[in-house]
Amino acid sequence: MTSSSTIPVLDLGGLLLVSIQGELPDDAAVSLQKDVTAAVANTGSRGLIIDISALDMVDSFLARVLAEVAASSRLLAARTVLVGMRPAVAITLVELGLSLPGMDTARTVTEAAASFGVTIEQTDRPGRGTS
Amino acid sequence: MNHAAQESIRVPIRKDTDLTVVRQQVRALAQRTGFGLVQQTKLVTAASELARNTLLHGGGGAAEIRVVHGQAGAGLSVSFVDSGPGIPDVDLALSDGYSTAGGLGMGLSGSKRLVQEFEIESGPDGGTRVTVTSWADPYSVGHGVR
Repeated sequence: MTSSSTIPVLDLGGLLLVSIQGELPDDAAVSLQKDVTAAVANTGSRGLIIDISALDMVDSFLARVLAEVAASSRLLAARTVLVGMRPAVAITLVELGLSLPGMDTARTVTEAAASFGVTIEQTDRPGRGTS
Repeated sequence: MNHAAQESIRVPIRKDTDLTVVRQQVRALAQRTGFGLVQQTKLVTAASELARNTLLHGGGGAAEIRVVHGQAGAGLSVSFVDSGPGIPDVDLALSDGYSTAGGLGMGLSGSKRLVQEFEIESGPDGGTRVTVTSWADPYSVGHGVR
């Protein structure tokens, strides 16, 4: 249980994709921040897509990590797009007083990639649906 | 549903990964108590904020999660207890943006907005107990404008 970030950072050719899966302990969030920022610098990506559709909760700690990843990526000339936030998470974050200004959002990874002019072939991934 | 037996869980908060256990236990009990998804998410998020406070400011402690029954029906009450230095100025600590741990300063003030009831017992002599309560159906009698 002492593992650091095991979250893969995928290089989609000029775009980085990070999919956060399930529960994220604080130390993993912090190492994610380092890993992602290093990956942005190393790959020279102009975009970073963070998929949080698997997260059933985002608290102020994780919101801060996400905002800092976006801020440091911006300084490295990469734009961050947050993808797939669940409605209950969005309602809770706003009520908590955190609306994550400065972060772009998109519904799906495909939509986020399109905003960078990158087309992703959609394999039939089970969608999040509208319910 | 039968009358639920007095359900109560105590989760120690000693390290970072215990926050995950607190979140999971609060969610599981909230689901069993009939919380809708948004109510669940709000309570779990508040619990996460407060458990982190217990760890970072209180030097560790425990979360006590229990099912409660009130006018508004079933609910969940979660207490975060530590024997740390206490909160010298509760009003200041509850103001948005106030932080002593380098956070966003939204933990305590924000979590208050996520629950229906919020109580802090703390003194300059140390020890803090923060208790939050949410109802499965917050719009039922007794918790609306009337």
